[in-house]
Amino acid sequence: MSLAAVVATACTSYYEIPIETPIRAKLDVGAFQRVLVAGFLAGGSDDVDGNLETTRLLRSQLRTKSELRVIDADVLPLMDVASEDRKGDAASAALPNPIKDDKDLDQYQHVFADVEYWKGIGEEYQQPLIVTGTVMFTSRQQTQMQQREQEVFDTLGRRRTVAERRLVERKGFGLTGRFIFIDGRTGTTLHSQGFTESILYDANRQTPALSSYFELMDKLIPNFLATLSSQKIKGTRILLN
Amino acid sequence: MRVRSIIAAVLLVVAVTAPAAADEREDAKNQVQFGIRVAQIGLWREAITHWERAVKLDPTYAPAYNNLAIGYEQQGEFDKARNAYEKALELNPNNAYIKQNYELFKEINDRTNK
Repeated sequence: MSLAAVVATACTSYYEIPIETPIRAKLDVGAFQRVLVAGFLAGGSDDVDGNLETTRLLRSQLRTKSELRVIDADVLPLMDVASEDRKGDAASAALPNPIKDDKDLDQYQHVFADVEYWKGIGEEYQQPLIVTGTVMFTSRQQTQMQQREQEVFDTLGRRRTVAERRLVERKGFGLTGRFIFIDGRTGTTLHSQGFTESILYDANRQTPALSSYFELMDKLIPNFLATLSSQKIKGTRILLN
Repeated sequence: MRVRSIIAAVLLVVAVTAPAAADEREDAKNQVQFGIRVAQIGLWREAITHWERAVKLDPTYAPAYNNLAIGYEQQGEFDKARNAYEKALELNPNNAYIKQNYELFKEINDRTNK
């Protein structure tokens, strides 16, 4: 750093100030007063019912953090709906049930493009915004390099620390999928957004699958809500003089 | 003889322009300080006006760009905020406060662009 820069830095006063950054909604939902979280195509781990839990969680979040009125309705069994769609198609094989991986899930994706079906759902619930999508909740295992400080003493008894690197086994869960927003008046998709989150713990830690699921959903919720309504993100910045 | 003339000319230019530059910096600092005061009571639009004046008065004054970037961020004007942060860092790349502000801004900006 030059002398001038050092002097300038030394003379700079700073003021911490709270700010609220406004984030505009990604989707214009002005045409809708109601929202139906219809249900999800879910797969992966058997420990969590991804369809039911995701629907419940999003409904409760929208109730408190959005201006749209949330419709209480039975959760749609989208796997059954997708299978019914395929029944008429003699050439196609039965759809995999349960959904174990992304390959299985891909075979169900046609249900989101079924404009007539979604239009029908829209008519049933007075043309709301419909939220649906996919959720894959799977267990994960990974070996990671971990570094920690190790205390050592030399022959004179002097203490020093050395960095020790070792491989550790980590276990956890991953959540991937897509939120799809459908116009209940036309049955067409307005917006869709993918998500991927994972969480890993020490291999000997026993974490219930359901609490990991909620931990992962906690990370996704702000982005989900930001799609539908403007948000303000609170933070602090440093003003300078 | 010729070298002496050149040195004399350079010194004359420095002597004439240095006080003017110092005045501009002083005026810019006053604008920045006033902007800070009004921002602290929530008058961000007013603050932005003063910081915009400051960067016009002294386009080499990094704190003015830093504050302007924060003002734009508070107003949701992300493109302008990014440009102002980048200018502040260009002028003062080692300033830890500007770097920290910019990192926090980028985190929010990346999240909204996901």
